[in-house]
Parts: sequence; C-alpha cells; structure tokens
Amino acid sequence: MNVSGFHPEQPHSEQPHSGRSHSAQGVAASRAQSPHTSMFLRMLVRAAVLRRGRAAAALFAMVVASAVATAMLNLYVDVQAKLRREFRNYGANIVLVGKDGASLPAGALAQVESALAGRGVVAPFALVVARTSAGQPVVVAGADFDRVRQLDRWWSVSNWPVAPQQALIGVRAVSLVSPKNQPFDLSFQGHTIHLTPGGTVQTGAAEDSRVYLALPDFVSWTGVQPSTIEVAATGSPEEITAIMRQLELAIPAADVRPVRQIMEGEARVLGKTRATLMAATALIILTAALCVLSTLTGWVFDRRRDFAIMKALGASDRLLNGFFASEAAALGAAGAVIGFLLGIGIAAWIGRVNFHAPVVPRFSVLPFVLAGSMVVTLLSAILPISMLRRVQPAVILRGE
Amino acid sequence: MFVRLVYESFRRQKRRKLLAGAAITLGVTVATAMIAVATDIGDKINRELRTIGANILVTPQEDTLDVEIGGVNLKPPSDGAFLNEADLPKIKGTFWHNNITGFAPMLPVNVTLQRDGQTENLTLVGTYFAKKLSFGKEEFTTGVRTTHPWWKVSGAWPDDSSQDVLLGERLAARLSAKSGDGLMFSGRQLHVSGILSTGGGEDDEVVAPIALAQEVLGKPGAVRRIYVSALTKPEDALGRRDPKSMSGPVYDRWYCSPYPQSIAFQLQEAIPHSHAEQIRQVAQNEGAVLTRIEGLIFLVTLAALFASALAVSAAMATAIFERRAEVGLMKALGAGRVAVASIFFAEAALLALIGGFVGFAAGGLLARQIGRSIFNSEITIPPVLLPVILTIAVIVTFAGSTAAIRNAVRLDPVFSLRGQL
Repeated sequence: MNVSGFHPEQPHSEQPHSGRSHSAQGVAASRAQSPHTSMFLRMLVRAAVLRRGRAAAALFAMVVASAVATAMLNLYVDVQAKLRREFRNYGANIVLVGKDGASLPAGALAQVESALAGRGVVAPFALVVARTSAGQPVVVAGADFDRVRQLDRWWSVSNWPVAPQQALIGVRAVSLVSPKNQPFDLSFQGHTIHLTPGGTVQTGAAEDSRVYLALPDFVSWTGVQPSTIEVAATGSPEEITAIMRQLELAIPAADVRPVRQIMEGEARVLGKTRATLMAATALIILTAALCVLSTLTGWVFDRRRDFAIMKALGASDRLLNGFFASEAAALGAAGAVIGFLLGIGIAAWIGRVNFHAPVVPRFSVLPFVLAGSMVVTLLSAILPISMLRRVQPAVILRGE
Repeated sequence: MFVRLVYESFRRQKRRKLLAGAAITLGVTVATAMIAVATDIGDKINRELRTIGANILVTPQEDTLDVEIGGVNLKPPSDGAFLNEADLPKIKGTFWHNNITGFAPMLPVNVTLQRDGQTENLTLVGTYFAKKLSFGKEEFTTGVRTTHPWWKVSGAWPDDSSQDVLLGERLAARLSAKSGDGLMFSGRQLHVSGILSTGGGEDDEVVAPIALAQEVLGKPGAVRRIYVSALTKPEDALGRRDPKSMSGPVYDRWYCSPYPQSIAFQLQEAIPHSHAEQIRQVAQNEGAVLTRIEGLIFLVTLAALFASALAVSAAMATAIFERRAEVGLMKALGAGRVAVASIFFAEAALLALIGGFVGFAAGGLLARQIGRSIFNSEITIPPVLLPVILTIAVIVTFAGSTAAIRNAVRLDPVFSLRGQL
C-alpha cells in the first residue's frame, strides 16, 4: 500500500505529457489524438502500480472467484462422464438374447463389437443344463473369462482358470460337483467332459449355482453356441438407445433388451448428483461474485479523490465511466484468465483425488467465466461511480 | 466508554454494518447449507441407489441348487427347502431395522395355462406387492413396489389378498392377452389386473400374490427366497473380515456397522434356517458410487467454505479500510493500539455472531429447500452444528479483519485524518 503523502496520479502523469510537445499547435494536435490514449493507458497502469496492495487484493479476489467458478463448472460438465464410468462397474446395461431361446448367429459377437466401436465391454455366454456323474442337474455356462473379468468386476473369484478343461465353480455348486476339489465329469446329451476345478466364484446371485467353462471347451463339448451377449455400453441414455437400435438392425435374430434396473438407477443417481452439484455451483459462484463485488467496490470507492480531481479538471462523465469501466474490465479479464488456469488445475486435482482420473479441461467454460467476470467487475465499478457522480468534486476533495 | 463506542458505531453506521453483516450472513448461509448437504448426501444417494434393487438375498440354508436358465427354473418346484413366511416380520426386529427400506419374498411355482384347448407350462411367481405387516407395535408396508422400483405396470397392481395376477409383457404379447382378461391357470380362473414390464425374466412370467402361489404349490407359508433392500455403508477392511475371526470389541464394532455383510449376518440370525448373502453386483458397486459422490460433495463443500471465508474476509477488510479516519481520530485523542484494535475486534465479533445466527437459520432453510426440490425429502441440520458454525464465523471474520485493522492502527493519525493513504 502506498503511504506517501502525495496524491499519486497528478504530478507523475502531467509532467511527461507537457514536456513532450514543443509548439502550441503540437500540444493541441497531440491532445486531440494519440496522447489521449497514451494518457488513458498511463492512468490505468499507474493506478494499478501505485496502489499495488489494493490492486493485488482486487485481482486476488477476482482470480479466486473465477478459479472456483471454473473448477465447479468443469466438474459439473465432467461429473456425468465420471459417474457413468463408475456405473459401468455394475456390468451390462444391454442384453442380447437369441429369440425364443435359440443360439445367436455365429458373427453376432463381431457385429456387436463393431456397433459398439470401443464404447464398452461385450461378453458372450452360453448356457445348458448338464448332469453330474451322480445324475444331478447343474447349469453349466460357457464364457470368455477375459471379457467376464472386465464386464462383471463384482465377481469374487478365488482363482481365474487359465488352462483348458479347467472350470470356475459357483460357491453353492462346489459341494455338488467337486466337494473335495477333485476332478469331475459332466455330461450333456451323452457327451462327457472331464474337468478340473480351477477356482470358485461368489456373487450372491444365480452365478453361485453354476459351473463356468471357457467358451471353446464348452462349444466343443456341447456344440451349443452362445445364446446371450451382455453389453456394458458407455454413453448418455440417448447414445445407448442409439446403440440398441443399431444392434436390433444388425442382428435381427436377437432380442435386444435394456437392463432397466441399472439404467434407471444410474439415471436417477446421476440426475440427483448433478442437481446437487448445480446448487452448490450456484451458491459458490454467488459467494465468489459477492467477494469480488465487495473488494472492487471498496477499491473504486477508495479512489474517489482521483475521480473528483479528474472531474474537477474537466473530464466528462463518459470519459470517467470509460476509465473506471476499462480498469474493471482489464482486471476482470486478467483475473478470469489466471483464475481459469488455476480452476482447471483444481478440477484436475479433484478428479485425480476422487475419481482417479483427471477431469478433462473444458475450454468451452472459458467464455462463460470471462463474461461472468466482466459483468461482475463492471457492476462493481459502476455501482460506486454512479453513487459518486451525484456528489460535487469539492465535497469529495474536502474529504467528506 | 468501550461499550458506548461499539454501540454508537453500530447505531450510526447502519449502511456499512449492514453490508458487512450481509456478507457474513451470506457466507454462513452458504457454509451451513453446504455442510448440511454434505453430511446428508450419503444417506440421500444411498436411498436413490436402492432403485437398482435389493442388495441382500436370503435363501434357505439347506437349499438345493437352482437350475435356472433364461428365467425358467428347471428345478422341481417342491424340491429343496423353504423359508417360513411367518418369520418375515422379524426382519424388522434386527439391529439395523431402520436401514432396511423394504423386502419382498419370492416363491416361483410351475403352472399350466389352459387356453383354447392347449396347455402351456409357465412360471408363476408369488410375492408381496405392497403388503401391510406389523412387528410388535411397528406397522410397515413392504413388497416389490419398494424393492423393485423399476417394475412398471400398465393397468392396476393386484391387491396382496386378492386372486389377481400380473402378466409379464412378453408373455402377454405372445398370448395377446390384456389387463382385465381372465385366464385359466392350473384349473383356477384368475383375473389379470395389469401387464408387468421389468426388462428381466419376469417379462415371461406370471406374478401373483404369494398366498396364491402357496395355494398352487400346496405349501402354505412357503417362501423360496427373500430380497432385502438395505441402506449400507461402503465396505472397508473391517467389513471384509470374517466375523468368526474377530475378538469381542472388534466384533461388536463390526456387528454395529451397517456393512452389507453384517446386515446379512443379522438377517441370518433373525430368520431360522436361512442363509443371507449380499448380492455383490448391487452391494459392491453402490459402495464405490457412494464413496465417489460423497468425496465429490465433500471437496465441493471445502470449496464453498473457502469461497465464503474469502467473501467474509474481503467484506471486513473493505469495511475497516473505509474507517481509517476514525482510527486516526481515536489515536489523535490518545487511544493506544490495543484499545483501537479491541474496539474493532469487538465489532467484528458482534457482527460475526449476529451474521452467524441469521446465516445459520437461512442456511437451514436453504438446505431444506435443496433437499425438498432435489431429493423429495428433508435435509435437517443437527443443532450441534450451531456452535461450530458460530466459532468458524468469528474466526473467519477475525482473520479477515486482522490485516486491515493492523494497517489502520499502524497508520500515522496525521495521514489518515488528512484522508491520504
């Protein structure tokens, strides 16, 4: 803060100006054009330089406000994508089933994958009822273990089978097929397969009563092709509907069904979270704007003497408004840009800490932050000016 | 004198005090509302997550394997063990009964549909729709309408004491039946009250009140499995441990935490001959989603607290900065630095307390409004929060004023009275 006894603007800004022009004509000409702008710029810059402390405080408030606003807007835009990814851990949201229990055509898996174009995980399943050597019925499923691991992450598996002819046994089926962890036989329509237990699976649902085999083993044993393809597609509800329509057209032999409980739960939770975040964003931006408003208003109000002197020297209202407005705009723009960069950093940090993936910077947020900052700063400059304009310069200069 | 100075300052500078007070009030409002939302969001999202369905399944302990493909159960219906329907209300007698939002028993039985001289084998599932039960003095309603909220019915839901049934939507399309029709199932003329759409195996089945299924099966009171929907806490290292390996105090802590495992364990204790287990697809993932959302809102709340602290500080700094002349006058009249500073701090404290109270009340209202408009349920603020909020308000106000007060007090009275920096 400047604690010198002199009023800063007057002596510094007048002298070099008058020293530059040589003739009276030159003075008039230069006053008419370029020096006006250079004077204007000089006043803007000197005002900030000479009152470093207050200008810095105003800029700081501006930077913090736009940083918080940027971070919140960024999060608000990105949180949906982040949470969708969490929800994909719930597994499939689309299921393809062969019509009337028939197997799906041979190329179905490839077709599903091409329709999905990398936006999700696909896993085929085939199911039959086989008999144990004691004649007990048990559901045996063929699956692609690598895909299942990606799709159904909640499966609690003691050991994924790696070798051929190894089976993954549901915890409830263990006592039936292989209570002592010994190799066992299963038969289906007269064909028998000899299997070794590879591990157990626990899910708390139907999987617990099944025996899972690798798909090639399963097909060569039973001759039954996959009848179900589970798809965990990522994207908005519209994108998923589009994917489903595409799948229906590509594979007419299949019933394409949404897993409604997952889709609806996801939509609800996402909607509520976004609404909460939106309320929080609105509150935070309001508070930040208030912070800027009070700091800037104080700053401008504090300079009522500059204002009075300029007015006493004959500056028009338009010039004064322009001066304080462009000062505010410059501050707002500088604060917004610095704050934007800072805010992106904060959003990325929150993304890393909370979602273990950085939030992608959205430059589409910048215009909004910039415009918002401008509006707030202009408002906080114009409010005190319009109050001061009604007061006589003499009154202000007398210090009342 | 001190009191009078403070009093007069409030009386004479109403505008300035109002501005600073408004900033503090707004800051405290935002802080209170956000803290309230952050503390309650876990419970609210947990309830929303219940739309994904039950997270605990209770089955008979000695049950034989399910042989089920594509929603068709090939296991002979009378095979295996059953739970007793009379034990169901005991679910509400467990330690975590307040966390259990609902449960629905299921009893699938095979029926034959006689139609136009043809017969077809179908699965009929008996369940509760919205059944009134009581445990002790407590009355409650439970059934699939709570535990399976994605089930949609066009037509009417059957009454639990009626003989009405719901037809799955694919089954109805195949039979070209519609609600209001009467169909012959295993020699019974049943009235179809609505068409059920679930997106799952039930679309090919008939869903009926459980008493009807028990009658068809000839086993009154029989229940094959129970779906329980419970509010749980994300599983951590303690939650994953085996209760049998725990010592006394650790076991008590495990037992008294709403982990999916401990709730399942208590259900197993409450229902004789049962085996309860978390449905991992639902239980495991909701923990992850819940943790993420809670973490997000927590960080956002921190940002809100930071922003409101900054706003309060800025307002206080501005308010004090404007009063340098006053400080100069006091000092010229012989007031010491401590005396001047204490007057300002007293004013700040008073402002903070008033703003804190008003802001706390306003924040409470705001949180309630947020709760009502977003979650359709109240967010209440624990009154314990009031002293905490007030303390924070005073500290933040002090922190915001300190630098400005120090500058004002340090200034030579000659300069400040001349009105110069």
